[in-house]
Amino acid sequence: MIRHGRQATLQLRLGDDWFTVCDAARLQPGRGAAALLPDGRQAALFLDRDGRAYAIDNRDPFTGASVLSRGLLGSASGRTFVASPLLKQRFDLESGVCLDDEGVTVRAYEVRVGNGE
Amino acid sequence: MPDATPEAMPATTTGARSAGTAGATSAGTAGATSSTPGTRPTLLLVGHGMVGQRFLEALVERGVTDSHHVVVLCEEPRPAYDRVHLTSYFEGKGADELSLTPGGFMDTHGIELRLGERAERIDREARTVTGGSGRVYAYDTLVLATGSYPFVPPVPGKDAEGCFVYRTIEDLEAIEAYAKGAGRGAVVGGGLLGLEAAGALKGLGLATRIVEFAPRLMPAQVDEGGGAALLRTIERMGLTVHTGAGTEAVVTDEDGRVSGMRLTDGSELPTDLVVFSAGVRPRDQLAREAGLKVGERGGISVDEECRTSDPAVFAIGECAQTVDGKVYGLVAPGYAMAEAAADAIAGFPGSFTGADMSTKLKLLGVDVASFGDAHGTAEGCLDVVYADSRSGTYKKLVMDPEGVLLGGVLVGDAEAYGMLRPLTGSVPPVAPEQLVLPAGAGGPVKLGPDALPDDAIICSCHNVTKGQICACGTLPEVKQCTKAGTGCGSCVKTILQLLPQTGDKGLCGCFSYTRAELYEIVKVKRITSYARLLDEHGREEARGGEGCEICKPTFASVLASLAPAIGADGYVLEGEQAALQDTNDHFLANMQRNGSYSIVPRIPGGEITPEKLIVIGEVARDFGLYTKITGGQRIDLFGARSDQLPAIWTRLVAAGFESGHAYGKALRTVKSCVGQTWCRYGVQDSVRMAIDLELRYRGLRAPHKLKSAVSGCARECAEAQSKDFGVIATASGWNLYVGGNGGMTPRHADLLAQDLTDAELIRLIDRFLMFYIRTADRLERTASWLERLEGGLDHLREVIVEDSLGICEELESLMAAHVAGYRDEWAETLQDPERLARFESFVNAPGTPDPTVRFVAERDQMKPDLAVLIPEGALTTR
Ligand code: SRM
Ligand SMILES: Cc1cc2nc3c(=O)[nH]c(=O)nc-3n(C[C@H](O)[C@H](O)[C@H](O)COP(=O)(O)OP(=O)(O)OC[C@H]3O[C@@H](n4cnc5c(N)ncnc54)[C@H](O)[C@@H]3O)c2cc1C
Ligand code: SF4
Ligand code: FES
Repeated sequence: MIRHGRQATLQLRLGDDWFTVCDAARLQPGRGAAALLPDGRQAALFLDRDGRAYAIDNRDPFTGASVLSRGLLGSASGRTFVASPLLKQRFDLESGVCLDDEGVTVRAYEVRVGNGE
Repeated sequence: MPDATPEAMPATTTGARSAGTAGATSAGTAGATSSTPGTRPTLLLVGHGMVGQRFLEALVERGVTDSHHVVVLCEEPRPAYDRVHLTSYFEGKGADELSLTPGGFMDTHGIELRLGERAERIDREARTVTGGSGRVYAYDTLVLATGSYPFVPPVPGKDAEGCFVYRTIEDLEAIEAYAKGAGRGAVVGGGLLGLEAAGALKGLGLATRIVEFAPRLMPAQVDEGGGAALLRTIERMGLTVHTGAGTEAVVTDEDGRVSGMRLTDGSELPTDLVVFSAGVRPRDQLAREAGLKVGERGGISVDEECRTSDPAVFAIGECAQTVDGKVYGLVAPGYAMAEAAADAIAGFPGSFTGADMSTKLKLLGVDVASFGDAHGTAEGCLDVVYADSRSGTYKKLVMDPEGVLLGGVLVGDAEAYGMLRPLTGSVPPVAPEQLVLPAGAGGPVKLGPDALPDDAIICSCHNVTKGQICACGTLPEVKQCTKAGTGCGSCVKTILQLLPQTGDKGLCGCFSYTRAELYEIVKVKRITSYARLLDEHGREEARGGEGCEICKPTFASVLASLAPAIGADGYVLEGEQAALQDTNDHFLANMQRNGSYSIVPRIPGGEITPEKLIVIGEVARDFGLYTKITGGQRIDLFGARSDQLPAIWTRLVAAGFESGHAYGKALRTVKSCVGQTWCRYGVQDSVRMAIDLELRYRGLRAPHKLKSAVSGCARECAEAQSKDFGVIATASGWNLYVGGNGGMTPRHADLLAQDLTDAELIRLIDRFLMFYIRTADRLERTASWLERLEGGLDHLREVIVEDSLGICEELESLMAAHVAGYRDEWAETLQDPERLARFESFVNAPGTPDPTVRFVAERDQMKPDLAVLIPEGALTTR
């Protein structure tokens, strides 16, 4: 979760490595996009209105569908979340915890916006 | 008639007492004190009706099901069900929906339920009960909850084919079956149950009469004035009522089937079917034969703990005569008895000394309520009466000379019941006449629930106070924690008034304004950016934040309907707007359960050329889509991945199709019937009108979806009266109906205006839709909006027909701007390659399809493969 500069690339931490996904400018603030990871998993990437980037697993644990990237962003009590487009459960974007059912968590990724190292 | 009187079925004393016949209760040994030797004592319940089930729940709550082995003998073929709402069986509620016994309840609590087993004989010395199957059940504690049976007056012909009673699901099944071949029905008894039965017969299509011996209807609940108001209203519904007349005989034809009735006043009525509903009698036969004390007029005598004259035997519910000498025929006192008996058995203090006979019912659609000393029997009491025979309203309050409210009767308008009943026994905070007068005549003063003390009983079925209800947050919580509202349901309205939510009408956590208020703000201030709206008009704590999933699409919708008028871009995915849309609007398609999308091209009025049909078929075939004719007279193509949507729509747009907005809170379809062009009955060209309307309002975004239909004559094949706005042709023009709804809470549309010309019709619809868009809440269909609108249909008519607010010109120009500004969203989206990028499955792998969207075959088409959705440890738990 880092402010990004111009022409910066968005990177996810996978183990010890940083995986470069795309130009940060490809993301639209308030909206998400899905990325395909090398191991076949999918990540949901988001940018909030201040330009902070987030990444969580794309799979909605309540339905099994890979759709979290297509939900709407929001914030409540200072936490930024995405609401699943299917059954509307909200997930905290920093921790991956479901705000409507705290027993459920999706994986959250460390993200940075760098210059493509 | 089905034989419901236990007297007619003398208990057979089978001597079957062989060991091991009673399953776990193996009561072979006479005088056994415990069925499961050496372990827990046995509690035997006879009768699994409403009170029996409540009693079992009370036992569970008190841990008695752990300390005792509980066995239940249930005469009926199914476990306890909601007898109070029995009539809703005719409204399509199945036996399952009426059930009061949660699935798994018996197993979870180790209760042994014996269905279809009738207790035939009690041996108090041996402490056993013999069942109809011959099994013998030993008990340590016996509880009788045998209820009542319908009383059938001993008149000749009462057993003829075509005579029924009204007590069980089986009774109703028999009545329903017999009514199929009948045209007329009669109900003996004009009490609560009689009226209910009469309503049911009328609902089955029979011409129905009610014969009541007393001089008025519902003699037990209402007084003479109330009875008169009730009579007028019921007669107005087309039922025939004979009061002050008894039944002398049921007349039969040569086959022994009912053909009529002879009354004590000498008259004879033809009828094909008779339902006896002349009161109920406690089923105390078993207890009587066992030598237990019974009341003079029936009912097993019990003390405050509901114990009978034998301390090992309890009686609860309608079969019991309580310490106040009464036999209660209502469910609430029965529930209170169930609690008292469970307390006694568990060793807790608890007692039943008498109950309130208050009732509120909706009989044949008429509200009837009585509470407290409804008949004014207290010495020196005074009446305050309001009666209006035109509207069938009658209200009476009984007060003592000091102004204490003692009771009352409300007929026709029982709105005040929820407030008045808990105030009984106290001096109301306002003058009594203000409580009974209608609005506009000095009353009514709406007594808010604030006026009630904390210990006021709000739910009399479950004896729940205002204080207990206020401790919960939401209606489901109230129902779960206190059971309030789960009995007869008459208290739900008051409960809702007591729960918070009323204070803050704000749209969501981000805005303290309603949708309608936001609409005005956006319009007046010409706000075209969500961030600006949030930062300037959001709640303090929400400013500068991200907003939320509720207000973002709401603003997007308001902006879309106002766009041309306030100079915003009408394209819903323009700039920031794209980030505000729900996923469906964002992808211009409906997301399905596996993350794929459905596609619904617009087919105005349901009319389509063969060429276009072929294109749809070819597209579906080429992309492997599942196709289905929808309930909206068009075709839905399911199972497209988001990255396929542009290619599919390229083909559809080329063939002349447009977005059908199946994904948006927007105009959906205007259905049509084939109309005058082809149909021999049609009086106008309904297809043309439907197409005109659909093309005029296509793309119009609204608080909720909008549906419409046009029928070519009064036969109404297009079902226009179930639509948000519906049009029916007349010989001289069009009738416009508004506020109809199918779906969850169906509502017939109201007739707004008649015999309109084409131009008049369209002008009125323009105004109607824009007024709705302007004032409705988020996700509020026109039906609930109209229900909520103060002044209802009359007010709507004043505003949009008579222009009482002087806004019609503005409403019309807003619609004109929409019509002029309409562009097809899909065509526009396809023109811009940058916009198409959003449809890619992966931002870092353009062209790679999402591997989790997969399908399997079914009936020659495909359906989502749900198996791929549930791999590797479905829910990760922290
Ligand atoms: C496809 C269709 C069923 C079908 O196979 O026939 C359908 C499918 C859905 N309906 Fe419907 N409804 C369809 C006709 C109806 C009708 C019949 C009609 O329009 O004549 C009704 C009752 C009429 C009415 O609305 O008053 C209907 C009442 C509902 C409701 C309840 C609305 C209400 O006011 O109670 C919902 C839920 C909602 O909107 O909140 C709903 C919601 C839905 C949704 C959008 C559920 C969802 O959120 O995913 C379904 C979308 C499926 C999809 O992705 O395409 N659908 N739905 C029909 C599409 C008609 C069309 O061509 O546009
Ligand atoms: C159509 C209708 C509408 C009603 N509306 C209302 C209303 O609006 N408000 C209200 O308060 N009340 C209403 N009532 C009355 C309410 O249903 C009763 O007060 C309530 O059902 C009484 O419960 P209970 O358990 O005592 O008796 P029941 O529900 O009658 O249960 C008794 C059960 O015991 C069984 N049984 C009897 N003898 C034996 C035996 N020997 N062995 C085994 N089982 C036996 C019976 O088959 C029955 O299943 C209505 C009743 C009817 C029929
Ligand atoms: S509504 Fe009337 S005109 Fe239309 S198809 Fe039915 S019968 Fe014919
Ligand atoms: S009063 Fe009957 S459910 Fe509350």
